[in-house]
Amino acid sequence: MLAVTAAEKYVAAAYGIVFLVVLVYVLIIALKLGRLERELDELTGRVRQRREAEAQRREQVPVG
Amino acid sequence: MGSRTRENPLAALAALAGLLVAASVALIFFYVPTDADQGFSQRIFYIHVPVALTAYAFFAWGAWKALRHLWKREPGADLESYVAIHQGVIFGVLTLLTGSLWAKISWGNWWLWSESQLVLFLVLFLFYGAYFMLRYSVEPGPARANMCAVYALFGVVLIPISFLAIRLANQLIHPVVFTLQGPQMSGSMFFTFCVSLAAMLTLAATLFHVELAGKRLDSRLRELRELLA
Repeated sequence: MLAVTAAEKYVAAAYGIVFLVVLVYVLIIALKLGRLERELDELTGRVRQRREAEAQRREQVPVG
Repeated sequence: MGSRTRENPLAALAALAGLLVAASVALIFFYVPTDADQGFSQRIFYIHVPVALTAYAFFAWGAWKALRHLWKREPGADLESYVAIHQGVIFGVLTLLTGSLWAKISWGNWWLWSESQLVLFLVLFLFYGAYFMLRYSVEPGPARANMCAVYALFGVVLIPISFLAIRLANQLIHPVVFTLQGPQMSGSMFFTFCVSLAAMLTLAATLFHVELAGKRLDSRLRELRELLA
């Protein structure tokens, strides 16, 4: 088995912590972007519904 | 890929950060010689010091943006100041964690309260940590932006004190590498350190711009929601 010294363990821990914190940060940002995307989809749907309702109203207006 | 990165500077910055991080890791583990005094554990220096300098840089950037908000009423400066301080706090956590690991292997202690550099960095970190308590305890608006900007500016005074503490203090357990005579290390060590510093700064800048873009998108969506209500 590969012998690992105490110094090597501490160095690995220091670099591992930095990597882990950056990874968690990126994951949080990715989750947030997912939420924003869902919100954007919802708002786009709402605008589309509104437009369709308006178009229907226009069709129903009697001319003359 | 070339034209895509030209169109999207953030993608170019992220690619540069990835390249520099990979280069710094390769230099640290395959190029730089092992320190004669501290041995293998001295390799923590190449991550700890760049991370600490990045934290200082982002606290200073946050204070600069706070000043721009108060002085020029620059639109978006409050948000930029907030995101910069957030980055500073994240890199501050990393500084404290990597520093503790280095202290344990080098001095045999996780923390030394007698070391003014350590204590002053902790004070600076806690000061900017409290910034978020202030920000989230006040309703969003111009009053909150002004209060946060003043607070961020007060904190900037702690940066040079924290940075110079070790040079002014006499109890020198914490090593002094950068003196008025230049860096106290070999050329290859200094080159590796410079690459690591550039990697950390570009990585932090990338994260800063990604978070800022997310926050801006969030506020625009909130505005759109209000308009549609």
